[in-house]
Amino acid sequence: MSGKKELTFAPTGREPEFDSLIHKSTELPEATKKTHKQLKLSNEQLLAFFEEMYLQRRFEERSAQMYQKGKFGGFLHLYIGQEAISTGTAAAFHPDDDIITGYRDHGWGLVRGISPRAGMAELYGKHAGCSKGKGGSMHFVNAERHFWGGYGIVGGHIPIAGGLALANKYKNTGNISACFFGDGAVDQGALHETMNMAQLWKLPVIFVVENNGYSMGTAVRRHTVNEIVDRAKGFGMKSALINGMDVFSVYEQMKKIADEVRETSEPCFVEIRTYRYRGHSMSDPQNYRTKDELEEYKNIDPIERLKTYILDKKIAKDEQLKEIMAKVDEEVLEAVSFAEEAPQPPLSELYDHVFAENDYPFHT
Amino acid sequence: MAQLQFRDAIRDALREEMERDQRVFIMGEEVAEYDGAYKATQGLLDQFGPGRVIDTPISELGFSGIAVGAAMNGLRPVVEFMTFNFAVLAADQILNHATKVRYMSGGQIQCPVVFRGPNASAGQLGATHSVSYDSMYAQFPGLKVIYTSEPGDAKGLLKAAIRDDNPVLFMESEQMYGLKGEVSDEEDFIIEIGKAKVKRQGTDVTLVGHGKMFHVAMKAAELLEKEGISAEVIDPRTVKPLDTKTIIESIKKTNRCVIVDENHPFGGFAAEVGYIIQREAFDYLDAPVIRVTIPDVPAPFAKNLFEAWLPNPENVVHAVKQVTYK
Repeated sequence: MSGKKELTFAPTGREPEFDSLIHKSTELPEATKKTHKQLKLSNEQLLAFFEEMYLQRRFEERSAQMYQKGKFGGFLHLYIGQEAISTGTAAAFHPDDDIITGYRDHGWGLVRGISPRAGMAELYGKHAGCSKGKGGSMHFVNAERHFWGGYGIVGGHIPIAGGLALANKYKNTGNISACFFGDGAVDQGALHETMNMAQLWKLPVIFVVENNGYSMGTAVRRHTVNEIVDRAKGFGMKSALINGMDVFSVYEQMKKIADEVRETSEPCFVEIRTYRYRGHSMSDPQNYRTKDELEEYKNIDPIERLKTYILDKKIAKDEQLKEIMAKVDEEVLEAVSFAEEAPQPPLSELYDHVFAENDYPFHT
Repeated sequence: MAQLQFRDAIRDALREEMERDQRVFIMGEEVAEYDGAYKATQGLLDQFGPGRVIDTPISELGFSGIAVGAAMNGLRPVVEFMTFNFAVLAADQILNHATKVRYMSGGQIQCPVVFRGPNASAGQLGATHSVSYDSMYAQFPGLKVIYTSEPGDAKGLLKAAIRDDNPVLFMESEQMYGLKGEVSDEEDFIIEIGKAKVKRQGTDVTLVGHGKMFHVAMKAAELLEKEGISAEVIDPRTVKPLDTKTIIESIKKTNRCVIVDENHPFGGFAAEVGYIIQREAFDYLDAPVIRVTIPDVPAPFAKNLFEAWLPNPENVVHAVKQVTYK
């Protein structure tokens, strides 16, 4: 066998071109050049963006800290680095538009009205949690605010998003639905089945890949072929590619897409390129990427970027931003104390919320 | 009482519920323009239009998930599977999503969806088209499983299933669609989910059989009568929640039981009923409970092998003779 090429199937990560480079499929598209005024965003809205993004960041940094201290169990998948996507999208959407996502869901929950207290209590498995302690990190839900939740099966929630949209069209609510998932979910059959039906049935739904470069520990190049955004072509579906490290870009394009989907009741496929600073979950040693790559992205951090913009344009002074940050820090710390002291769900809750009725005869 | 075919009873239930509630709609392969693979949805497209009777591509996972999402967002989808053998492709949506979303959201989301279609074998269709799935699904909390045997039950229970606020699997059989039976003329005829029915009174042995196997049990009871053995036949109708009370009451009377079940033996419906009987009626038993099931092998194609594979009335008679020591 000597002299023959080693047998391979999945592209290996050991080839030189995979070392410390940002590869084609993760290359960031250009950010919008528009100013906040051109985007019709007020100074207050910019500060609100900053606060929302910083809240997501601090909430998760504290969560990770508490997790590492062993304060709660389960999985913990962090959204750190991707906050511009949730923040820009929530601002671009109507409040009644549906949002559904995978298990990296804390940021989405926070932008859709889950309080830091209710979120932290859910992580701790407490009764005051947003899902009464029954869901945990992967299942944040705030149905009242049309946040249908985080889901733990990769791609499992994609057809459900199609169904939310079908119901909106059926009831003529004028609401649209948006489904967020990682680049790993692009490889699931559920996406392709749902895209076909969404285009065929003209469902008002947006499929959004938050391409953070990794399907768990497998880089995009190693798990999927061609450009992700081009998947839309085979379905004759409209598509867009967005810079997810810039909240303005996300806001601008998601607003345009949302308006169009609402207007035409035609679906859209969107790839938002971003970067996951942390490992897939807390137990990930991250041997599959280099420190240089991580640093490269940290230099274009979405929160830092907005902060610089705010200061450069003299929208607020550094002290004002520090005040916001101090307020958020306090709020998150308070949420941690709240979660620590909050009671566990009563044991009687074990059998609640399985069925609609309270007298279901459980099999024993 | 009207004499209706099974498929007519299904269609009447669908039509009545769609007339009553605008939120009810149908989706599945060939349900609309083809008028239904087994004609259970015949005429509904004409009556309700393409907005409420929706033809789907062959994408069980995708359209089942769309139904789950629509149910979460306020509608009442009735999904037709051409057979539950194809629903295996949709198992993630049924088992991981429909059944769990209420629980993991702490009660914020409900999912009132009905998945219906034929279950189990229908002649020589080979291994992948012949599996009975009611036991497998009944294993999972959060959904109800119905596998009916007669048109009257089918109508009353399907209407109840569509009104239920939980996910419900409603199972039929390709071989029963043409079966005629009495269907109540009562307006808005509903049968409560979770209630078994004693369909033949007897004193010597209890036969428990549902779906297609109910008919096998009934034929066996006729054969047994000729030999002077009086068999009581119970049709559970609903697999989950299981009406154990009706079964136990009968065992206390007959002291003997044979379960006829089209599931594989390991951990199946028959195993579960057998366990319940030993727990609840141990002191009343005069013989071990015996089950007649399909064997622990896939369905064969060859006619003689298939006939050996599928439980028949003679198998049941043989089992009854064992428990009656005759």
